[in-house]
Formats: sequence, structure tokens, C-alpha cells
Amino acid sequence: MWNYFRDIGLGIVTVLTSMGVAWRHLFTRSVTLQYPTEKWTMPERSRMRLFNKIEDCIGCGQCARACPTDCITIQTEKRGKDEPEVFASDGTQIKLRTYVFDIDMALCCYCSLCTFPCPTHCLVMTPEYEYSVYDKLDHIYRFAKEKPLSGKAQKPHSEKTESHGQ
Amino acid sequence: MQSIAELLGLLPGYSSIPETYRALIPVVVSCVVIFACMALAVLFAVWLERKVSAHIQDRLGPMYVGGWHGWAQTLADAVKLLLKEDIVPASADKLLFKVAPFVVFLGAFAAFVVIPFGASSFVADLNIGLLYVFAVGSLSVIGIIMAGWASNNKYSLYGGMRAAAQIISYEIPSAIAIMTVVIPVGSLSLVEIVNAQQGGIQNWFIFRYPPLVFLGFIIYFIASLAEVNRTPFDIPEAESELVAGYHTEYSGMRFAFFFLAEYANMFLVASVATALFLGGWTWFVPESVVPQFIPGPVLFFGKVLALVFVQMWLRWSLPRLRVDQLMYLSWKVLLPASLALVLGVGWVTVYW
Repeated sequence: MWNYFRDIGLGIVTVLTSMGVAWRHLFTRSVTLQYPTEKWTMPERSRMRLFNKIEDCIGCGQCARACPTDCITIQTEKRGKDEPEVFASDGTQIKLRTYVFDIDMALCCYCSLCTFPCPTHCLVMTPEYEYSVYDKLDHIYRFAKEKPLSGKAQKPHSEKTESHGQ
Repeated sequence: MQSIAELLGLLPGYSSIPETYRALIPVVVSCVVIFACMALAVLFAVWLERKVSAHIQDRLGPMYVGGWHGWAQTLADAVKLLLKEDIVPASADKLLFKVAPFVVFLGAFAAFVVIPFGASSFVADLNIGLLYVFAVGSLSVIGIIMAGWASNNKYSLYGGMRAAAQIISYEIPSAIAIMTVVIPVGSLSLVEIVNAQQGGIQNWFIFRYPPLVFLGFIIYFIASLAEVNRTPFDIPEAESELVAGYHTEYSGMRFAFFFLAEYANMFLVASVATALFLGGWTWFVPESVVPQFIPGPVLFFGKVLALVFVQMWLRWSLPRLRVDQLMYLSWKVLLPASLALVLGVGWVTVYW
């Protein structure tokens, strides 16, 4: 009998307690961020989309070798002796012509291992994170601007990616 | 209803309608008006529930549709549900499956006929008003069992059977708790019960014979929560156990009818509690001190909305009861307590 009334009392007390908690939270400031209109400011050096400043790239391929997921494809050829000398912004001479520099962001695991070995600091991770696309192939970012001069250019990266990416 | 009849009398050619049909027209018109008002109130309540639940969980809830705090979200959802495919399972009992939502809906809306929204705004003043509310309100359980059976789905059937067990169990304490009001008034008519509470807040039945009728109100409120399958007692549609209970197989507008009926039921039990315990459309202070400047129906709706808010508040603060706990609460706690209350109120009424 005593347990019966104690249970009823306990029930009433717990219900009122939980109602009190709910009431307090009714007037707590909401934690929701109205995403497309409000955004978090990304921290400095956040690891999002990769960017390569191709004018500074010497085509050494250290980033591609560091990449655990092989998402960077680089193809280069030697610049001819008669061509004018090209220098990166830190003064390094660019001896190779990079005619393919593709990064497949669909494969990227955002480890940032590729940016550390870069001798001219041209490959960086940017705070840009809104780059969703409808087609996975649109995630391949092509940074190379120059065309190969020797006719023996290898297969372009896109076909290779299409065959294993789908 | 008299005022509606007078208004209709102003229509040209109204008096040329035969007398037998003319008597029906005000009834139909007032039913349509009540239906429209309740449909709007339900749309509002669905939006309110989403906002209340969101803010209790430190979220914002719908914010975009319609501009101001997503006020048009329910309208958009209703349009979406109208456009959805109406699926009838291949092995379902087709007729019962199609009829069930309307039976539930009918039970929820028919009871509003006797609710006195204002001094003269009610469709019918039945002398057995409360009995009618309980009888018609129990119709919805038939619809729920129909839905559960006709879906030909184990979860639906479980939900339907649980709903039946729960609603029948909780009808008893709620009906007995209402006796604490009926005994002092000596009438089952809701209009007379509200009239007996006029003259300020101290005459409301919730404060009569303290704390006897107040406890009756609490018991009625708990039992009514169980009758409308709201969350501490929502085992018939327990999402974590039964998918969605009796309306698992329903889609599109038929599902919307169940949804509508749930919220209409919430308004119904809140309206009954308001009329019985909170003075209905009567004003807080005696008319001689501060005259009633808010129209009766608005005041009534405000009180109902406050109770509906408490229902939502409870829903988002309490976990669901187990089936055996539910039956324990009904038969071992609420029923003896309500019986003791009726004895107490009867004793006080007769010997005080």
C-alpha cells in the first residue's frame, strides 16, 4: 500500500520535473543555423577543396606521389632549350611543361598530405566546401593551361578516370 | 444556431422553401461552419505542434514556407498529401480500408455539434450532451480497429487492438471524472454546465470543492490524453515498435484524414475540458467588475488552445508508457481515484 502511493507521488514529481525541463528549453536560444542564408565561418587552414596555382607549379609530381587515393594526375614534358625560361613566383625555374594537372575531388580524402611536399607552395586546400555537382565527373578539376608541344602526348586523364570512376 | 437561422432568413427566396427542408438548412450551414473552423484550427495546431516541439528541442522548426516562421507549412503539406498516390494494399479488405479514415474522422467531428463555443453559438443543446460526446467520440475506436484489420498487416492489427484496449480502458476513468461536474450541476447538457459556471473565475468548476474537482480535471485530462492517443499514451501508433500502428498502410489523403482526426480529437477533448472545468466561454472576472470585452467563442478557443498547448508540452517532455504500465495507470490508479472523487463530491454536494 505504501509503495502504491509512493509510486503515484514519484510519478507526479517526475512528470512535473520533465515538464519543467521542457519549459526551460522552450525559451532557450535555438541552436539551428539557417544554412543557406547563414553559414559558419570556416577556420583558417580548413581542409576543403584543393586548388593549384598552375603558374607556380613546376610539375615535380611529389603531390601525386604523396596522395593516398591517387586523385592527382600529372603529365609533363620537358621544355625545349630554345624556349624562353619560365620562373615560379618564388624564383624556381620551371623546367617542365605541365599539360595535365587533374584533381578528382570525388576521390580526395582531404588528408592534405599533397600540400606539404609542394616545393613552390602552389597546391593548397581552400575553405570552399559548397561544390556539389550532379555528375561525378564534374568533380574532376583540370588546372593545366598549356598544351603539349611534342606530338607524343599520352592518353588524357579523363578517359582513364571515366573507365574506372563509373 | 438561432442567429444563423435569422441570417439565412434575410436571403431572397428563403421563405419559399418548404418548411420541412427549411428546418434542415441552418443545421447544415452551422455544421459546415464548425467543420471549416475546426479544419482551420487543426491546420494551425499542426503548425503549432511543430513549432512547440522544435523549440522544446532547441530547434527552429519550419521557417521558410509562407515567409513568417513557416506559417504556410501545413498548407503546403496538405497540398502535397492531396497530390500523393492513394495506395490500397492488394490483400487489404478494400471496402473497410477505404471507409475507416472517414469513420475516425466522423467520430472526431460529430462531437463538436454539442460543444457550446459561445452563449448562443452551438449547433444543438442536447440534454444528454455529455453522453453524446462520449458515445460519438467512441466511434473513432471502431474506425481505428477497421483500419488495423482492413490493412491486413500485423503491425496495423496490433495498433488497432492496442487502441481499442486503451480507449475502452480510459473511457471509464474519464467518464467517472466528469461525474464530479455532473453531480453538482445535475445535468448532462454542456450549455447548462457552462451556465452554472458564470460569474468569474471562482465559479469555474476547476475551483469547486477544492481540491476535489481539480483532481477530477487532472484525471479527465490524463484519460483524455490516452483517448486521443497522444504521446505518453501513444502505444497504438508507437513508431519504434509498430512502424506507424493502425495507419501504417495508409497514404495520401486517407492518411491525412487520420492526421486531421487526431488533431480534431485533441481539440474535442480540450473543448470538453474547457466547457466542463474551465468555465467554457465565460469571462474571468464577474461581469459587474470588468465587462466581458472578448467575444465568447474567442475566449473559448483561447482556453482550448491553452489546453492543446499543454497536451503538446506533455508530448514532448514524456517518454511512451509500456502497455502494462498503461493498463496499470488506468485500472489501478485513475479508476479508484476517480471513484473516490465521485464519492467525495457526492458527499459534499448532499451534506455540505
